[in-house]
Amino acid sequence: MTKPQRPRILITGAAGALAQQVIRRLRATCDLVAVDFREQIYLGDDIPSYCIDFNKRVFEDLFRRYQFDGVIHLGRILSSQLTRMRRYNANVLGTQKLLDLSHKYGIRRVIVLSTYHVYGAVAYNPALIDESAPLKSAGLSADLVDSVELENLANIYLWRYPELNITILRPCNIVGPGVRNTMSTLLGSERAPALAGFSPMMQFIHIDDMADAIVAAWAKPVKGVFNVAPQDWVAYQHALKLCGCRKIPIPSIPPGVPKAIARLLNLRSFPPYLMAFFKYPVVIDGRAFAKEFGFTPKRPLKEIFRYYRDNKRPV
Amino acid sequence: MSLAAYLKSKLVPADLDEQVNRIRKPIGSLGYDPWGYNNEAIKYGFSAARQIYEKYFRVSASGVEKIPAKGPVLIIANHSGQLPIDGLLIGYALASRPENPRIPRAMIERFFPTVPWLGNLLNEVGAVLGDPVNCAKMLANNEAVIVFPEGVRGSGKLYRDRYQLQRFGNGFMHLAMKYHATIVPVGVVGCEETIPAIANIKPLARALGVPYVPVALPVILPAKVHLNFGDPMIFDNREIPEEQVTERVEAVKAEISRLIDKGLSERKGLF
Repeated sequence: MTKPQRPRILITGAAGALAQQVIRRLRATCDLVAVDFREQIYLGDDIPSYCIDFNKRVFEDLFRRYQFDGVIHLGRILSSQLTRMRRYNANVLGTQKLLDLSHKYGIRRVIVLSTYHVYGAVAYNPALIDESAPLKSAGLSADLVDSVELENLANIYLWRYPELNITILRPCNIVGPGVRNTMSTLLGSERAPALAGFSPMMQFIHIDDMADAIVAAWAKPVKGVFNVAPQDWVAYQHALKLCGCRKIPIPSIPPGVPKAIARLLNLRSFPPYLMAFFKYPVVIDGRAFAKEFGFTPKRPLKEIFRYYRDNKRPV
Repeated sequence: MSLAAYLKSKLVPADLDEQVNRIRKPIGSLGYDPWGYNNEAIKYGFSAARQIYEKYFRVSASGVEKIPAKGPVLIIANHSGQLPIDGLLIGYALASRPENPRIPRAMIERFFPTVPWLGNLLNEVGAVLGDPVNCAKMLANNEAVIVFPEGVRGSGKLYRDRYQLQRFGNGFMHLAMKYHATIVPVGVVGCEETIPAIANIKPLARALGVPYVPVALPVILPAKVHLNFGDPMIFDNREIPEEQVTERVEAVKAEISRLIDKGLSERKGLF
């Protein structure tokens, strides 16, 4: 079989809104194969799409059949989904399998999507955290352990197999049309909880900008770990106001109270393990990525918030 | 929104609004910077600080023009008086000077971010968690940063120890050297008399997780405050042993001590 001229890329997490944006940008120039462990989705006749668990043996058949040049790994189970154990299996062991196969089949470029949650929300966080800062998240909540483990794993492969050209992206809150994560759900809701007296600084990146960032990373094989965030900041409660959310104040002291309330309410959009992120800021420095990959986000915060304000009651 | 606009028109005079807008700050599209500084909140803070500065403490400041108009600056002062009033007054003195006003940032105690409302409020008016990374990034951003190298050792000291400088940390000197920041020493006189404390209830402080709990009158006394800004001090970035860094810190400390003595000799009475 002769290798095609166009690069062939495996994209995981294909059912997610972000992956679909990335696919839309790359399908003109690359041959894409989409997988997702949740559902099989139709992406057009030119893109084969599969529903496969990475830990199953058939996953390797994809590598045999398609001879990929690159992998864009966006398929993470969010901390709000499934149980801790299943998440660990999918996110950590599944990623390990993916990286092992990438090494075995000589893939030259791997992009792994992580999250800024790995830094952990601590009262003593400085602002503009850069990539070399310690990942404190695992010490804060067992529900975020798999995020940190996924990073550690990708980092080990990054140094052990330099030829894989692994780039790990740690974006701030990804929001915008179609995004189903915690923050997007919150901004899209009529009422949103907020810890009384705490309005930490936050960063938001539009899903289209994030897709652009991933495409930029694909275009330039520089390995390493990079934060992805615009040079713009807003306080959480101010963001809620701009999104037209009514604020539901939750008592914030003593520290055990908000956690107990969150457990009691059991809201998917306000999980107890993310409580610290609604209390203390985790402001990351995205300048290294912007400089290295020539990336500038194009959608301003006001536009992002206008989308949520105008779409409170979908028709 | 109309109520907010009305309140603003009452509380923030137009000239002040314009003055704050004129001061260049590295902020994002919604008026915030990464540390939580907010361009709108500072206007209210500024207008409140004016009353406190001019009416309550009747501050007399001399030499504030010595602070460079641009570039990284570390404003180093003695800390006193239980509450960070000294930081507020130094900040206002610089922000309100007629020529080249700057909005300085103050490094604050590590327990403030854990206090609801107060932590955010302090961030909005420019105060920042006293972390060396924060200070370094702000100096790299060409900000003027107020640092009290004594920390809680200074602010928590008792009335009987007034105007005795406590140990200075060396951190500020390392940052000044690395980021080529100009050091401006300041001697603050008067803040010691605002909340004179006779004792510190250490067990209660430990239980509450705060640095100190002073035994003092539940009022802030309107002592007259004198701020004396010294000449800028510039230190090179040579690789030198810690001992010599300490010598440089001592030089700054001696200058502050001199400025305090100047303030003490000049003042005519406590109030």
